[in-house]
Amino acid sequence: MSVDADSTLRNYPPKMQPASMSKRPRQVREVISVGLLAFSAFLIIAILAVILGNIAYSGIGQVSWEFLSKSPQAGLTEGGIFPAIFGTVALVILMTIAAVPFGVATAVYLHEYTPAESPRVAWNRYQSARAGEKGKLFRHFLSAVLATITRSAVANLAGVPSIVFGLFGLGFFIQFVGRGLDRATQAPGEIHWGQGNILWAALTLALLTLPTVIVATEEALRTIPSDLRAASIALGATRWETIRRIVLPGALPGILTGAILAVSRGAGEVAPILFTGAAYYLPYLPKRLTDQFMELGYHVLILSTQSPDVEATKPLLYGTVFVLLALTFLLNLAGVLIRSRTRSKMRVGG
Amino acid sequence: MATMEFVQGTRAAAGPAQPAASPGVRPKIDVKKFNFFYGAAQVLYEVDLELPEKQVTALIGPSGCGKSTFLRSINRMNDTIPGARAEGTIAIDGRDLYAPGVDVVALRRRVGMVFQKSNPFPKTIFENVAYGLRIGGIKDKRVLDEVVEQSLRRAALWDEAKDRLGASALALSGGQQQRLCIARALAVGPEILLMDEPASALDPIATQKIEELIYELKDNFTIVIVTHNMQQAARVSNRTAFFMLGKLVEVGDTNSIFMTPKEKLTEDYITGRFG
Repeated sequence: MSVDADSTLRNYPPKMQPASMSKRPRQVREVISVGLLAFSAFLIIAILAVILGNIAYSGIGQVSWEFLSKSPQAGLTEGGIFPAIFGTVALVILMTIAAVPFGVATAVYLHEYTPAESPRVAWNRYQSARAGEKGKLFRHFLSAVLATITRSAVANLAGVPSIVFGLFGLGFFIQFVGRGLDRATQAPGEIHWGQGNILWAALTLALLTLPTVIVATEEALRTIPSDLRAASIALGATRWETIRRIVLPGALPGILTGAILAVSRGAGEVAPILFTGAAYYLPYLPKRLTDQFMELGYHVLILSTQSPDVEATKPLLYGTVFVLLALTFLLNLAGVLIRSRTRSKMRVGG
Repeated sequence: MATMEFVQGTRAAAGPAQPAASPGVRPKIDVKKFNFFYGAAQVLYEVDLELPEKQVTALIGPSGCGKSTFLRSINRMNDTIPGARAEGTIAIDGRDLYAPGVDVVALRRRVGMVFQKSNPFPKTIFENVAYGLRIGGIKDKRVLDEVVEQSLRRAALWDEAKDRLGASALALSGGQQQRLCIARALAVGPEILLMDEPASALDPIATQKIEELIYELKDNFTIVIVTHNMQQAARVSNRTAFFMLGKLVEVGDTNSIFMTPKEKLTEDYITGRFG
């Protein structure tokens, strides 16, 4: 024990000062701190209101049928954003197809098939086991190690900056996989897969979304009571039958919500598609996986940095941002609705 | 379904024949030198027990005495716990269910289980009862209808549930849910029913219904029930086995266990001196 703590103890309890002297400064401090805390809370609302208000005010007037259905014209200073909307939707669908099944499968494996205990506990169990049991418990330990490594990989993947995913997509999907495919299937010198396209961009974006899908799915699986798993097993179901008929149907709303929220976050990312397939301007819509595409977020970047006439582009920029926000907001709304609908369904059950 | 084989490589239970528990009633479940471990901790010691066919055997004893572990050993529900290990034999109709090559999934279709807390699936009443059949691959609507009705009747739930088979099972009361879980277990066609304190979470009226049900079911099923309630054990069971600290202290006809226990420990427990 340090000398300080010692003397504090010796002087305990402290002599109270007369109430009249200490009360006022304390009350003042209380008011100041509450004020500061409340101010930061209101600041959040204010910031959001300014952003949304500004965009809605200047953007909503831009949105017309023409704006939504036409291509950009006159060097991006006129026309609409239909190719960017189309590209965004196509990209998000492809990304969902890639990320959701993969993420759900990973989460189901982690939560339903690997041990719930830490590798340390599993190792102790292995060490204290008898000779006949060692093999089984060693596999159990390895499985616990694998689960721990996978979970921390997922957590670290979630922390990787999105531009790094973009560079990874360029290096891995385009340079490595794409060029490799070309070398194997195309005539020498012909490039088919070895350049940015909507498939590589969607896969890169899927990687970015994957951790969120995995975490959300595991969360949803955790809400299924183990009683139900036991009941199913006791009726002679295998583990997989239990997962397919009891666990997954019960967790499905949670999985869907998580997937939609993950996808809507991914849909707004520009960095991962920067080098992997997004196009500045295309006179046609993407029809094949090897086509490049326009995308709303990227279009915003282009409009604000590459325009020949900043003033003429400004209304288009507001309109594009507004449409991008509206799309993400719709996705979020769908996720929240699914979640609240299942919550009320659960409550009826009691 | 009742004749479903769960042993591929058949192996008779080891050990010499013991005298039958009651004359003329053959043991359905024959337990010999059964030890059970969770890792290094032993929770059951050398249990020797014969459970006669179509009778109710109550397992009683203080908390942590191993009676639930023993119950869960009979359908191998303990298998999923890491480090759990069994020694000795538990034979059903002479076949050791811990022998290599035993199909646990088929075993669990012969040995149904009802849990302490009712745990219906968040599905309709009909689908809860039909669950075991569906995973067994039965799709024929007529068969499903018939078995669901029969099982609900046997579980004394038919009259209350027949008009709302399509309603969520979660809308039933606690007692009804527990009877639904019994119906769900019966639908698979088991010969043995394991019940782990099936009425401990229910009010007295629902408890009485479950007890009456158990009394009726024993005409067709071999029932093993774990209970903390001495009166319940006395009311529903033909035989009672008293466990303490992982050992089987005494087993016999319920009347003699409660009226004239041979062991001092048994007497102390049933008269409420500890536990």
